[in-house]
Parts: sequence; C-alpha cells; structure tokens
Amino acid sequence: MDFSELLSSSFEALLLNKVRTALAGLGIVIGIGAVIALISLGQASQAAVQNQIQGLGANLITITPGSQQGTGGVQGGFGSATSLTYDDALAIQNANFSSISQVSPEVSRRVQITAGKNNTNTQVYGVTPAYLQVHNITMDSGTFITNAQVNGNQEVAVVGPTVVSDLFGDGVDPTGQTIRINKIPFTIIGVTVSKGGSGFGNQDDIVFIPLTTAQKTVFGMTNISDISLSASSANGITQAENDAGYLLLRRHKISDPTQADFSMFSQADIISTISSVTGTFTSLLAGIAAISLLVGGIGIMNIMLVTVIERTREIGLRKALGAKDSTVVQQFLIEAIILTFGGGLTGMVLGIILSLIISSFISLPFTISFYAIALAIGVSGGIGIIFGWYPAKKAADLSPIEALRYE
Amino acid sequence: MIDVSHITKIYKMEGVETVALDDVSFSIKKGEFVAIMGPSGSGKSTLMHILGALDSPTSGTYILDGEDVSKLTKDQLAEIRNKKIGFVFQAFNLLPRTTAIKNVMLPMVYAGIPNDERLKRARELLTDVGLSDRMEHTSSQLSGGQMQRVAIARALSMNPSIILADEPTGNISTLQAEEIMKIFQSLQKQGHTIVLITHEPSIAAFSQRTIHIRDGKIDKVEHNGKKH
Repeated sequence: MDFSELLSSSFEALLLNKVRTALAGLGIVIGIGAVIALISLGQASQAAVQNQIQGLGANLITITPGSQQGTGGVQGGFGSATSLTYDDALAIQNANFSSISQVSPEVSRRVQITAGKNNTNTQVYGVTPAYLQVHNITMDSGTFITNAQVNGNQEVAVVGPTVVSDLFGDGVDPTGQTIRINKIPFTIIGVTVSKGGSGFGNQDDIVFIPLTTAQKTVFGMTNISDISLSASSANGITQAENDAGYLLLRRHKISDPTQADFSMFSQADIISTISSVTGTFTSLLAGIAAISLLVGGIGIMNIMLVTVIERTREIGLRKALGAKDSTVVQQFLIEAIILTFGGGLTGMVLGIILSLIISSFISLPFTISFYAIALAIGVSGGIGIIFGWYPAKKAADLSPIEALRYE
Repeated sequence: MIDVSHITKIYKMEGVETVALDDVSFSIKKGEFVAIMGPSGSGKSTLMHILGALDSPTSGTYILDGEDVSKLTKDQLAEIRNKKIGFVFQAFNLLPRTTAIKNVMLPMVYAGIPNDERLKRARELLTDVGLSDRMEHTSSQLSGGQMQRVAIARALSMNPSIILADEPTGNISTLQAEEIMKIFQSLQKQGHTIVLITHEPSIAAFSQRTIHIRDGKIDKVEHNGKKH
C-alpha cells in the first residue's frame, strides 16, 4: 500500500467524525499555541529590556569607587569611598587603549535648584564632553558642555526636559536663563532630548555642569563618583575592563586584584543578568505550557484507542483482504500524526496571533523565532508518533478472526 | 489445488482443551464448487478460517496452489489472503461510508496495483455482477443482495485461486439468495474454484460436492446429482 493511499484513507477516516477529530486535536492546539505565545513573548520582553539598557549607552562599562570584597572590616556603602579621582580618568584616557573609545569621569549629587520662584530637587552631574557619547545623549537645543568650559571652571548648565518643565513650564526654551544650584547661578546653554524612563536613573530629570565646576564650586570634593567607559566594540568589553582595571590597580599600587578599591560592571553584565532572569521565566512558563501538550497527547491516545475499538471490524476486514500488520500500524500512526500535526500547525498560528495581540497591548516588539516554529512542528509530530504508537500497535495485534466476529 | 491432510485444531481456553478439528483430510480440484456443511459448533468455521489463511492448524498440512500454508509467517499469510483467497462474508463486511468501487479496489490497494488499473478492473467487476449503475453508492445506499454482489466483485478483484464464501446468503432474502448463488455458479463455469460454507441444504445443493462436518470430523461426502 503506497503512502498517498495511506494518507488519503487516513484523512477520510478523520473526516468521518469531524467534531471528534477537532476536539481531539484541540489539546495540541492549546498546548502548542501556549508554548509559542510564551516563547515569543519571553523573547520580546528580553529584547525590550536589552534595548532599554543599550539605550543607556552602548558598550558601557562603569567604574565605581569602593572595595570589591573587603577582607575583614566593614565594607563601605555603595559610592561612599573616595578612591577615584579625575586624574584616574585622565590616566585611562591618556593611555589611549584601543579597546576604549571614550572615558567619562562623573560626579553626581542630588541637590536643590531654583529658577526664580520655582525650585526642584534633582540629580546634578559634573561631566566632561565625553558623557554625551558614552551615555547616548542627544541635544534638543543649544550645546553640551565643552572642554573649554570644563578647563575654565565655568558656571554653565545643560538641563533635561523634566527639569525644564519643572522650573520653566512646558514648551519653554530656557537657553540663556539662569538657574541656581546650591545658590550659585548657572547659565543654561542647552536642553537634552527626552529619553523616557522614570524613577531611579531617570535620564530626563537631570542637570549637567562642567566636572571641575561641580567638584570645586558646587560639591567641594576632590574625588569623583564614577568613571564611565565606552568600549570600542561589543566584543572588546572584557579587554577594555582589563586595560582600565590593571591601569587603576597600578596607579593605586594594589597588586592583588581581589583587593581593588574600585569595582567595575559593564552593560553586558547587566544584560546577561537580566537575560538570564527573563530566560528562566520564559522557560518556566513554556515548561508549564508543555504540560498541557502532554495532556493533549494523552487525549489523542485516548481518542485513537476508542477509534481502534470502534473500527475493530474494519481492521479485521482489512487484514482479511491482505493488509499486513505493518500496514495497519502505519495507517493508525499516520492518523494520529495528522491529528497532532494539524493541531500543531493550528496552535502555531494561534500562538503567533496571540503573541501579536499581547505584544501590541503591552507595547513589546513582536518577535517570532524560527526556533519556536521548528519546536511546534517537531514536538507535535513527535507527540503523534509517541501517543499514536500504542493504539496503532493494538490495532495491528487484533486477530482478523476475532475482529471480523466483533459486533 | 487445495490439499488438506490430517488437519487438527485444538483451542486452549483457561486450561481446557477443545478439539475443533480432528484429523480432517480432503482435497478440492481446480474449478470445483464444493460446499462444507454442518451444524453450528461442528468446526466448519474453524475449517474456513484455516482454508482462508486467517488461522493456522495445530497439526497437519494445508497445501494451497502447491504451497504449504500451515508453515507461513503472519506477513506471508496476509499476502496469501490478498492474492490467492477471495472472501465473501455473511455480514458482507464492506467498509462503511465508502463507495462500492472503493470497496472493490481495496485488495488491489494492498497489493500495490496502480490506481488507473485498479479503477478499470473494479469497473469491469461491478459491471459483471450487474452493479454498473451503483458504483458510487455507499453500502448504506445498497440492498443486502447488492452489498453481497459488491463483496463478490471485491473477492474477485485479485483473481484469487479460491473464493471462500462463509454463509453468503445468511443475511439476505431468499430471492436475492438465489441470484447470489447463480452468480457463484456462473463464476464456477468461468473456471473459479469455490468453497461455500453453509448450514442450509438448499444452498449447499448449488454445489457439485458437499462435505459434511460433525464434531470436528468429516461425516460424509455427498456428490450432488445436479449437473451445472
């Protein structure tokens, strides 16, 4: 019996009882649909988080002061140590490492700023021009801090859009206006483009002033809060960390890297941490969905067993007319595979539609991976073979005599 | 053609042995029309299962067309059933919700005969049994006699060595039964070997020879006077 005959006779058998066929396949439809939707939503949220982090600055490495692992004694609070200086940053810059493209020393404090009668409490950053590239800042109007302003200790400020609306109202161009930071007047020279985001690390509620001005005039400190580095390439992040790290160790006269008085973390570290968290959640959810696939498979087996019993006479007749055991096995196995495969394809379409709807609701990027589709096709076919095998074997093992006599 | 010698069939059910056939020997020549008769429980159904290669004897040999069928594997038996034996059952046993022509083609499907050849042969056979206008009817649209004629056409589709009819008239009216028996007679005239299993003397009378079975043994063999 050739394959096309088997296929068409299996289709005919399944079409004889359409409602039952549809119900039997429903378990697989739901299972595959849930797996596909969850995988693609998981991947979408992972991509969204990565995009957001990437937006903070490409290939960003941050060096913060403080011990990594204190051997004995009390470890200071985050950022409380004073071990990093502007000279450290300049040393890294002047070393001209090929792995590092930008070096941005930064100091920051939360301070009260006023403009006329309005005041707001915001994060003031003392920066150099490198900050612009390292943190992907775009100017809406005016200019960013220049080297001349840093070297000249000038009282100029670049403000974020939230600060503008807090102090001057929406839609006002504050360039040329004066704001007071710790009562010291600063002239606004530019406004940054909104980056979105909120809460901790809000990139819009921010004021930039020259690093030197911040250190000497506003905060009265000699150290810096952190150094942000931009690695030349995504693959060169580890090299950049090594280059900058060993340079700082030499400058601070520390021979044992575990005793370093600063810590480093890269964007890649954050991304990989978050990716592994979202990845774990995705696989957990997909695993739960996979249980429904198992249940669906058992449903198929159940229906196939009922079918075999119902068609005992037919099986006996087919055997009497010359069907071999292997032919009978093939026929029932193909019926089961058509059921699960059809269910799998329907589930795949359903899952894609579902994830499209959900991702548009919660504004995630829509992704559908080849991997998820291959999984759907492979798994649903596999379920057909696994759960169809036993009923098919049972059909083939029927004795033609008993089967023909069966009423 | 058919040579059955010293066939014994013993069923073991929960430790109890039942002898269904006890040292049965006979032969049937090519082109013969033989009836096997006996009351229920006589072992005639067991004999038919062995003749139809649906079952193997406990001992003894069954030679069909020069081949010892009692020693074959399951797959080889399936092939014998497909190519050498044409079954006609009491309950017709057509595939439900399937057209007459597809039923007739089924054995040819298992034999791997190409589709156009299958269609051509099935049309010829259905025309021969007088159903040229019923080819696309499903079994529920056919009368008992018509269904049995489809079954006969199906039995003939592989041009088998023997046609094995098990109570072929048991489920149809007397009038239609006579028509069916006439078809068997004309098949015999065309050279087919026919083995008919029945418990009705009037049906057995259509054959040339009647083998009477009782208690698993051959009781007597009767040559019917009627010439065909």
